[in-house]
Amino acid sequence: MSDKMHIKLKVNGEDREFLAEPRELLIYALREHLDLTGPHVGCDTSHCGACTVTIDGKSVKSCTMFVAQANGAEITTIEGIGQPDALHVLQESFREHHGLQCGFCTPGMITRATKLLEENPDPTEEDIRFGMAGNICRCTGYQNIVKSIQVAATEMNSAKEAAE
Amino acid sequence: MIPAAFEYHRPADMAGVIALLEEHGDDARVMAGGHSLIPMMKLRMAEIPHLIDLQDVAGLKGIAVAEGRVTLGAMVTQHELIQHQGLANTAPILREAALVIADPQVRYMGTVGGNVANGDPGNDMPGLMQCLDAEFTLVGPDGQRTVAARDFYEAAYMTEREDEEVLTAISFAAPSGGYAYEKQKRKIGDYATAAAAVILQKDGGTCAAASIAMTNLSDVPVWSDAAGEALTGTSVDAAAVSAAVQAVLDDIDPVEDNRGPVAFKRHVAGIILTRAIQRAWGRA
Repeated sequence: MSDKMHIKLKVNGEDREFLAEPRELLIYALREHLDLTGPHVGCDTSHCGACTVTIDGKSVKSCTMFVAQANGAEITTIEGIGQPDALHVLQESFREHHGLQCGFCTPGMITRATKLLEENPDPTEEDIRFGMAGNICRCTGYQNIVKSIQVAATEMNSAKEAAE
Repeated sequence: MIPAAFEYHRPADMAGVIALLEEHGDDARVMAGGHSLIPMMKLRMAEIPHLIDLQDVAGLKGIAVAEGRVTLGAMVTQHELIQHQGLANTAPILREAALVIADPQVRYMGTVGGNVANGDPGNDMPGLMQCLDAEFTLVGPDGQRTVAARDFYEAAYMTEREDEEVLTAISFAAPSGGYAYEKQKRKIGDYATAAAAVILQKDGGTCAAASIAMTNLSDVPVWSDAAGEALTGTSVDAAAVSAAVQAVLDDIDPVEDNRGPVAFKRHVAGIILTRAIQRAWGRA
């Protein structure tokens, strides 16, 4: 009964178009239509944050948005944040400070952290823990994730100062 | 999880929304941020042949603080509530409550209108709106009407709103006095085991008026007139607080679930209310 819709998105700076049923969840649309497998399907119940992407400037759990809702939106996934040969400061910092073990939650963590630091470039430890509360990690115990974000924030701030 | 198929609509104005609701009746439902509805659709506990996305509807966004009154568009998100400086100054209890709702990602999408209209006993805003004596604006085929938050909730997911109406705005007089929103939850993102919204007016050392509402302790939010009465005219001493707690315990009707048995919930309700009263009195 429901026909496919013509979906247009701007993903990681590129215009993308495809046909999808409105009921498809954004996370599956990104992974299966656009081959962006960085955002992960974790809990599929909007708890874990592994599917976090940035949509029109908001951190969103893409398992809890229909692709139809996102039609026309601008989306950033982990693929648009860094590349294996050009890591984002946050990615470097997670690697350096052991902010991951298995790595499954990491794309969501990094994507959420980019937005957190954009809104609050100089967060306290409490700000980080509160701002990252929608992302679950079962390996690290969070200590090193917090540290990775703190160090990245400091580095990003000094780079900004140096540029001014 | 894959929900049942649906027809997707994204009208640009209220007239378009109402026309769709009239055309499809029970088969249509409006969606704000979708963070209550989509999980229900994924579990197939809600099947909605015609889904009406409100994101493009003009006039549902915006926070207005003017002439002693606060008006919130239904599509205002929890994130926007937290960020809004004027609101934080005028009605800080809203920010205090929004900060303990869900998690950052959910708060970017979750709306105040969806939170109050859904009728889920676990939602925090309905009890808070009863505490504030807010009014909800409903728009339908026959025009617009307002319903007091204290008269809106009939049973779990059952409200005064008719199927062809949309809750478009929430408005309340800017509160004065001391306030507190206190919530006990098992983890980030959980609904309350018990939550209390309290606003107290202080005149000298005496409580001049009190408004108390409880969340997730009945199939509807519980605004307890008797609890407010128990504090009014007292110095909010231990005996008065204990009387208010007793009044609330008489008004709530919690059920056993994975947050605990009835006796535990009643115990937590008393503790949360006591803390809320103490914090509100300290700020009064």
